[in-house]
Amino acid sequence: MMSYYFRLALISMRRNPVLSTLMVLAIALGIGACMTTITVNYLMSNNPIKHKSDVLFHVQLDNWGPYEAAVDPNDPPFQMTWTDVNNLQKAERAYRQAAMAKSGGVVVPADTNIKPFQAGYRLTYGDFFTMFDVPFLYGSGWDSEADSNGRHVVVLTKEINETLFGGKDSIGENVTLSGEIFTVVGVIDEWHPIPKFYDLNNDDFGRPSELFMPLSLKLSMKLPSWGNVNCWKSPDEDGFEGFLNSECVNFQFWVELNNPGERADYAQFLNNYVNEQKTFGRFPRPLNNRLNNVQEWLEYNEVVADDAQIMMWLSLMFLVVCLLNTIGLMLSKFMGKSSEIGLRRAVGATKKDLFIQHTVETACIGIAGGIVGLGLSFFGLQGLRALYGEFADKLTSLDMNMAILAILLSLVATIIAGLYPTWRACSIAPASQLKSQ
Amino acid sequence: MFASLEIGPIFRTLLRNKMGALLIALQIAVTMTIVVNAIFIIDEREALMARVSGVDEPNSFSVSSNGFAEDFDNENTIQEDLRQIRALPSVLNVTTINAIPISGGGWSMSLQVESGEDKDDISTAVYMVDEHGIETLDVALLAGRNFSYQEMRYRDGTEEGWPQNIIITEALLQDLFPDTTPGEVIGKTVYIDRNEPMQIIGVIDTLQAPWIGWDQLENAMLSPEYIAFNNSTRYFVRAQNGMRDQAMRDVEEYLAQRSSERLVRGIESFQEVRENSYGFHAAMIKILTVVMVTLVIITGMGIVGLASFNVNRRKKQIGTRRALGATQWQIVRYFMLENFVITSIGVATGAALSIGLNILLVNFFELNRITWYYIPIGMLCLWCLGQLAVYGPARKAANIPPAMATRTV
Repeated sequence: MMSYYFRLALISMRRNPVLSTLMVLAIALGIGACMTTITVNYLMSNNPIKHKSDVLFHVQLDNWGPYEAAVDPNDPPFQMTWTDVNNLQKAERAYRQAAMAKSGGVVVPADTNIKPFQAGYRLTYGDFFTMFDVPFLYGSGWDSEADSNGRHVVVLTKEINETLFGGKDSIGENVTLSGEIFTVVGVIDEWHPIPKFYDLNNDDFGRPSELFMPLSLKLSMKLPSWGNVNCWKSPDEDGFEGFLNSECVNFQFWVELNNPGERADYAQFLNNYVNEQKTFGRFPRPLNNRLNNVQEWLEYNEVVADDAQIMMWLSLMFLVVCLLNTIGLMLSKFMGKSSEIGLRRAVGATKKDLFIQHTVETACIGIAGGIVGLGLSFFGLQGLRALYGEFADKLTSLDMNMAILAILLSLVATIIAGLYPTWRACSIAPASQLKSQ
Repeated sequence: MFASLEIGPIFRTLLRNKMGALLIALQIAVTMTIVVNAIFIIDEREALMARVSGVDEPNSFSVSSNGFAEDFDNENTIQEDLRQIRALPSVLNVTTINAIPISGGGWSMSLQVESGEDKDDISTAVYMVDEHGIETLDVALLAGRNFSYQEMRYRDGTEEGWPQNIIITEALLQDLFPDTTPGEVIGKTVYIDRNEPMQIIGVIDTLQAPWIGWDQLENAMLSPEYIAFNNSTRYFVRAQNGMRDQAMRDVEEYLAQRSSERLVRGIESFQEVRENSYGFHAAMIKILTVVMVTLVIITGMGIVGLASFNVNRRKKQIGTRRALGATQWQIVRYFMLENFVITSIGVATGAALSIGLNILLVNFFELNRITWYYIPIGMLCLWCLGQLAVYGPARKAANIPPAMATRTV
């Protein structure tokens, strides 16, 4: 029976190609606009490490000044001081922990044919790679011995390995970074978490740093502080170490805690730590530490841009207009068939039969609209990429989830839109249209 | 026959075919809601983009020099660079600088009129420039004097505190000392870092901070320092009028001469800085425009479609009216009037929805409250759209011959 309805639907669509095309186009435009904006929102609000979202925690301590909060109304600063991340790292009270910071410098390749260039560094601890499940192409991260002794080891991204070594296995090779020689211990595979959850202070959707090296080198090599630096008071001492020993925040700290018990213990440990620091005259504010898991941290940072959300809501309204349009078109179409419907009723088709038949027809239109709409959203995303440039590169790819959502959204929306016209068509009295024939 | 006499029949016909009219009215309402709010957002964004940075935008650019050779003598390099770049015929002037206005990244400090931990403070952007900064940034001294070469100091991160003298923008002056003239504050002391005194030696007109989303965008101060952390220095160059591209080539060529000792990078015209910073707003404007145009077309087509459908359905009725002596113009008028009634219901609903959507946007996205006149203008536009869209089908209806009355449809 179903295949018969499908055939009828196709015949009906072919008999009235202009109306059918208009309907499909109207739906496609609405779906295209919606899917474009939904995709951007979906990718922006993506949790790039879902499987570990509940065990990875971003730590915040409130070391801010006595008279005003770092973030209104009473939130701690997003980042931490050098002193604190080092103390927490050394305490090793979490299952895993990784302090980190953004830096950068000049890279001088061993191959003199390749020009020196500037690159971003991520200074961190060996645990970074295991905590965040970073995939490796060659080698691995460094061990804790390298962390504590400040070994000159570096992990490269795939891209930079391409630039420096033509993409070959470069483990054991040397490269000069900020004037000192480093040994490559690992090359990571494609790894572009969207958003870049582990450092939302600097370019949420940007590229990850190109080179990873031990954070302890920050002090010995006087590596510059890149990214956001905030201070509530100026350093007490001058110079590079003066800055490191100050209350200025430029470092991030993540821990891995396997269960609520560990989380509670760690929260207690943080409180004890801050209380202890208070005895040294630091932390003038009341206890105000935070432990946010990945999802909580993403939500707290509201990484989905307002513009993207506004566009999404407007495009949903746009879809409503397209659907209203479709209802009108369907009404005309089904009413145009009223003599045919009357005839079918007269020869014994029940209301239910007609209802199913017309719903199948609207479903076909919906699916066609969804497919064309998916194509349009592909162009829409290309358009966004052209408008927003590099920022949008990682936010404008359609995945399978989105494709299924597009078809489903189109199908459901069209069937709902078709309900009234279908009902009108079904309620045509059997003989009413036969009289004038 | 007066048009008003037809309103009655039109209403009764509409009531008999509620759904078609309702669909059009709803479409018009939602379209108006989107269009009104979109135009409002566009106007707001354009106002943001129209703010003046203070810089000679078409003629300015910046470039970084990053010394990586072990024995790189940055202090002398800076002096030589400044001298050489200034000597280029395409260049009007150059200064070292720590941050570029409206670029997104920079340095801010707090100033206060009274020293002390618990006193009120005012935030300001800090630009470290040399005595050529004023001319290079294209700002005008309203009062006081410029820095002198002797006041300049070299800042690489090892020195204490701040220079003694600063120049501030008029906006910052108004925040620090409300209701005073630039002349009155010359020589006054303000405190940086809670209690380190600095003297205001000059007041300049407009110079925007690096952060376009910042409330105190106009607050900026100039500090007489050559900024050079990690042997890295940024130059801000103002080219001779109309010679920016030439100057960019000249400066890059000059700086690249010593490429074995340093990296020259990030050469960027101010125009690019503006495009990067305001790119999001520009993109939003374009997207909203496309959405609006598409929407208006769709709604227009919807009206044409439904009106044509109505005309086809009423062929016999129209023919009868024609046979009874109605002129073509009266038929056209009937459909236009019918559309006017439907559109009126739509725009009235649309006015309410527009305000509703705006309230939501204000609450959730901290947009501004809509200005009242957007609503009547939106209503007017949709009335026109409706009349334009229905005119075609109405003309077709008018061409139906009176003889149609006698035929079976």
